[in-house]
Amino acid sequence: MGKFIELVKRDLALAFRQGMDSLMVVAFFIIAVVLFPFGVGPEPSTLAKIAGGTIWVAALLSSMLSLERLFQTDHDDGSLELLALAPVPLEITVLAKVVAHWLTTGLPLIVTAPLLAVLMQLPSEGFLVLIAALLLGTPTLSLIGAVGAALILGSRRGGVLLSLLVLPLYIPILIFGVSAVDAAIFDQSVRPHLVFLAALLVGALALTPWAAAAGLRQALE
Amino acid sequence: MHRFANPTRFLKIAAAVQPWMAGLTIILFGTGLYMAFFTAPPDYQQGESIRIMYVHVPAAWMGMFCYAAMAVASAVALIWKHPLADVAAKATAPVGAAFTFLSLATGSLWGKPMWGTWWVWDARLTSMLILLFLYIGYMALQGAFDDRTRGAKASAVLALVGAVNLPIIKFSVDWWNTLHQTSSFMKQGGPSMPPEMWIPAVVMAVAFKTYYVWVLLVRIRQELTANKVRILRLKQVHGG
Repeated sequence: MGKFIELVKRDLALAFRQGMDSLMVVAFFIIAVVLFPFGVGPEPSTLAKIAGGTIWVAALLSSMLSLERLFQTDHDDGSLELLALAPVPLEITVLAKVVAHWLTTGLPLIVTAPLLAVLMQLPSEGFLVLIAALLLGTPTLSLIGAVGAALILGSRRGGVLLSLLVLPLYIPILIFGVSAVDAAIFDQSVRPHLVFLAALLVGALALTPWAAAAGLRQALE
Repeated sequence: MHRFANPTRFLKIAAAVQPWMAGLTIILFGTGLYMAFFTAPPDYQQGESIRIMYVHVPAAWMGMFCYAAMAVASAVALIWKHPLADVAAKATAPVGAAFTFLSLATGSLWGKPMWGTWWVWDARLTSMLILLFLYIGYMALQGAFDDRTRGAKASAVLALVGAVNLPIIKFSVDWWNTLHQTSSFMKQGGPSMPPEMWIPAVVMAVAFKTYYVWVLLVRIRQELTANKVRILRLKQVHGG
């Protein structure tokens, strides 16, 4: 556990020293959402209808942006090999890196989401549920993304490839995340949607570190 | 299974089986298509356009069957390092993608006269579309590395991740569909089919299966030969 926290701290320190990375993700998130009123027109009723979906899709895309670098920088400078040789199981290392990724991208997205919800005229009943759904959903995005990031290590054109691999797997989270927000707006029960999001999170937490570690081991062979 | 791990032994068997599969495929396709076009009656509601079903439904089955086959072959390749399983998984992917695309295309052609639209965000159509994306991602990952064995291993992991995810995606798309769909184009249940209709469908399904085995054998042999050629070239370059 101590080693796990050390690893998280190391990744966080690296992220803060490079500074701009998580800011850029947030900026992309905002700009992507702001494009939609230009696309569909500024009528509040139209915007309110698509607000939940837009914010979720933008969150999906922005959390994917920084995934490519999840293992890439460590792979390039060789520290990934040292991490793999360390007495800590590689699955735990993966989990630590995912936690750091979520803290530097997922969490800033969640903090920004209410602002965008205001811009998109999301009805106020949806706010809390949007935050709750993002809190349950974005860690799953980081977990699934880690598998993709591990698999593309050392490939040509990794970034585009990563989106091709990861986005289809993101669809269930998008579906339940958006339907939770919609349910809150239409005054229906929110619980089943959030429970499904939680189930996806628990399932991903149990399975994806193994798949990502398997991917890393092959990259290091 | 390990008896056939030896490529030489496999190639011998494959060479013997392949013409039989080819013949069987041609006969079955001939019979199936003849029955589908001439002996099967037109549907009392859908008329002649029901005949698309004889291609559409077997193609959709094969799209899913090929993904399952690919996942099993990938698991075998990862667990036992079976040398042919990698090749088989690689050979299956484009065939499965083609079947999935065929089922989407024929579904679209069928949808236009029946539902009045080329595309509906129906749960089944959507899941098949996502399946097609999974195939494309698999093939893209396989070709993205300079080192071919790395591409094979990475895509094998991806195939397994996709296989675990497919039921979840299928379920969530069904859920999404029941929430969003306001009018149902699909007629639930429908008339139970007379034998003149389901027999050609079964014949076509078997024809698709034998076609798959035939193409799989051709592709595996081609891949093994290509490997040999590559090794010979490398030997030449390195002054063998």
